[in-house]
Amino acid sequence: MKRRNFLGLMGAAGVSATLATKAQAGGNVHFEGYPGSRGVLFDATRCIGCRKCEIGCNEVNNLAKPEKPFTDLTVLDTARRTENEAYTVVNKYDQEGGAPVYRKIQCMHCLEPSCASACFVAAFAKQPSGAVTYDESVCVGCRYCMIACPFEIPTYTYDDPITPKVIKCDLCDANIKAGKISVPGCVNSCPKEALVYGEREELLKIARNRIGANPDKYIDHIYGEREVGGTSWLFISGVPFSEIGLREDLGVTSGPELNSGALSVVAMVPALWPLLLAGVYGITRRTDKINTQEKADAVAQAITETQDKANSDMKAAMERARNDKEATVKREVAKALEEAAKAAEEGDVEKEEEGA
Amino acid sequence: MTTETVSKKSLLTPFNVITGLILVMGAALTVWRFGWGIGAVTNLDNNNPWGLWIGFDLLCGVVLAAGGFVTSSAVYLFGMKKHHAAVRPAILTAFLGYLFVVIALQYDLGRPWRLPYPFVVQSGTTSMLFEVGLCVALYLTVLFLEFSPAALEWLGLKRLRNLIHKLTIALTIFGVVLSTLHQSSLGALYIIAPAKLHPLWYSTYLPTFFFISAIAAGLSMVMLEGWLTHKPLHDKMSEEYLAQHDDLYFGFAKGASFVLMGYFFIKVIGIAVDNEWNLLGTGWGQWFLFELLGFVLLPSVLYAIGTREKNLKLIRWTSLLTVLGIILNRLNVSVIAFNWHLPSEMRYVPSWQEIGVTVFVCTMLVVTFKFIATRMPIFYDHPEYKDEH
Repeated sequence: MKRRNFLGLMGAAGVSATLATKAQAGGNVHFEGYPGSRGVLFDATRCIGCRKCEIGCNEVNNLAKPEKPFTDLTVLDTARRTENEAYTVVNKYDQEGGAPVYRKIQCMHCLEPSCASACFVAAFAKQPSGAVTYDESVCVGCRYCMIACPFEIPTYTYDDPITPKVIKCDLCDANIKAGKISVPGCVNSCPKEALVYGEREELLKIARNRIGANPDKYIDHIYGEREVGGTSWLFISGVPFSEIGLREDLGVTSGPELNSGALSVVAMVPALWPLLLAGVYGITRRTDKINTQEKADAVAQAITETQDKANSDMKAAMERARNDKEATVKREVAKALEEAAKAAEEGDVEKEEEGA
Repeated sequence: MTTETVSKKSLLTPFNVITGLILVMGAALTVWRFGWGIGAVTNLDNNNPWGLWIGFDLLCGVVLAAGGFVTSSAVYLFGMKKHHAAVRPAILTAFLGYLFVVIALQYDLGRPWRLPYPFVVQSGTTSMLFEVGLCVALYLTVLFLEFSPAALEWLGLKRLRNLIHKLTIALTIFGVVLSTLHQSSLGALYIIAPAKLHPLWYSTYLPTFFFISAIAAGLSMVMLEGWLTHKPLHDKMSEEYLAQHDDLYFGFAKGASFVLMGYFFIKVIGIAVDNEWNLLGTGWGQWFLFELLGFVLLPSVLYAIGTREKNLKLIRWTSLLTVLGIILNRLNVSVIAFNWHLPSEMRYVPSWQEIGVTVFVCTMLVVTFKFIATRMPIFYDHPEYKDEH
């Protein structure tokens, strides 16, 4: 790694540390691995499938001896994966009209490990040495790391009821740090120099040189240089990688990067949801209040209108009654007067008749 | 029928006999699991670290308990006040749902007694699972508080009950925030595994898919439960609950129809964004279309018809269809379409013990629900707190 990149990286690390989150969503920071970190280069054109690396791993890590001895090469006839008792395995891939190709697999020690990103107790860590290590003392046993690992490497001791744990290669980090060995067990026991242990930057140069020197022998690709953001283990091969059990559809995006988008939204939810929901609640209450007020107003208005109408009706009725009464009185008076006049007239006639 | 005659008759009912047998089997499986390890009772292996206990107990358990936040927010925040009587059954279901999700999780975790470690020993804050864990823990607390007034009324602890009752709105808002986060984060768990989940189900929109479908699931679960509890708990239901019951169905069915239609659209957008149309012609594509058309688009249309024609029966059956569809979706993401690239002999099929534990946990949930709903004011208002909405 260039010095400039390293300083930039350290600066970014400082910033992200203060932000208390390792996700760098939307940032333009690209982690290219710790400077001077080590890895292993595996050259499939050199591997002879002798399983010596498996023996070396088994001995260095004090693993249980397998049922069939390591010298039994018929084991290679069936495809195998890493197991609790085998941090690394070699598989044989038959080629049409040619010698079979062998491929060793173990933890790839990603530069930005998915397992570490997935672990909710941060039991996994990418060490500056290059190794991805696992801390059993905090592991809850959720096995999300196994879901997350694109290479399907970690295994679990399912049959242990009390202290089950995840198991995977640690690039012999513990043994090397303790000074017991200087090179990983597998690398140390390879008789054909198919494995080279060293600084990743150096390994990339070696790989490029080998490909450059023998372009007909090698596929022009270093598997692990960019896959899932880059891995500390690097593979070169004479046959396509998908033919030796290395998936070529994993992409170049690291696990943490895949997650960064979703993680970046997380903070927005508790920040904005309460505002929105309280707003909706406020609007609902206000609407209720306005509705209640409008209802009350309408009722009041209706009452007033009804009362006014009743009053005016009453007034009209009274008026009518009074008019009726007056008319009756008038009529009665007129009638009385008429009768009186009639009576008087009749009296005069009688008088005239009497007087005649 | 009074509760007394029920309890006298109930000792040898078919329900009790079957429940008893399941509980005995569950107890035996529990001893087996914790005495001999996960490997002794499950078909989980190094290729398939998550099985039925995560796919059904966790993912389906959480999504089917979404009725709590959906109903409480609809009633308290979005102004559907007249459906007030539906809140308590929904909150109780959600609380028990989450409680038994956490209980079921104990079986799946290698060292369950370390479950608090992410919060008290060492936090992996970059993990989607950390977020799920934190939100579920907090939401379980919120649901407990939201449910507690019913228990406190039953116990006669008036002052504490009134204190918590005052927090209703704050708890509801907090509940929606937490539900949004962990419902979506359960989908986000799989964002880190694009190489293992079939591309038709894998999408960077997974969190949105999970959240929107959780709303549809919540609405449908409230209706389905209303249907299932109607007969056995009828004598516990208040007139208010029963009177607004049909109306609630029409309101929720209408809502669910729209939400499912929205969910259908974003699922199609998910295919369009990743340009995966060509995959629809494959066998997996047909399985995907079966889920999308039969369990998303169809219930959306059926809900709409049911609402328009006021067809209660159609709405009830549609709620069952929707719930089955959500279960199918979660199982597709976590089990069926997960590790689709592995040869068939390496694929995971749950063991009978795993299914047994799942049935055991579900049975405990039903028994607990029945115990509480027949004793506490869930489907009716406590006489001392009537008219207090």
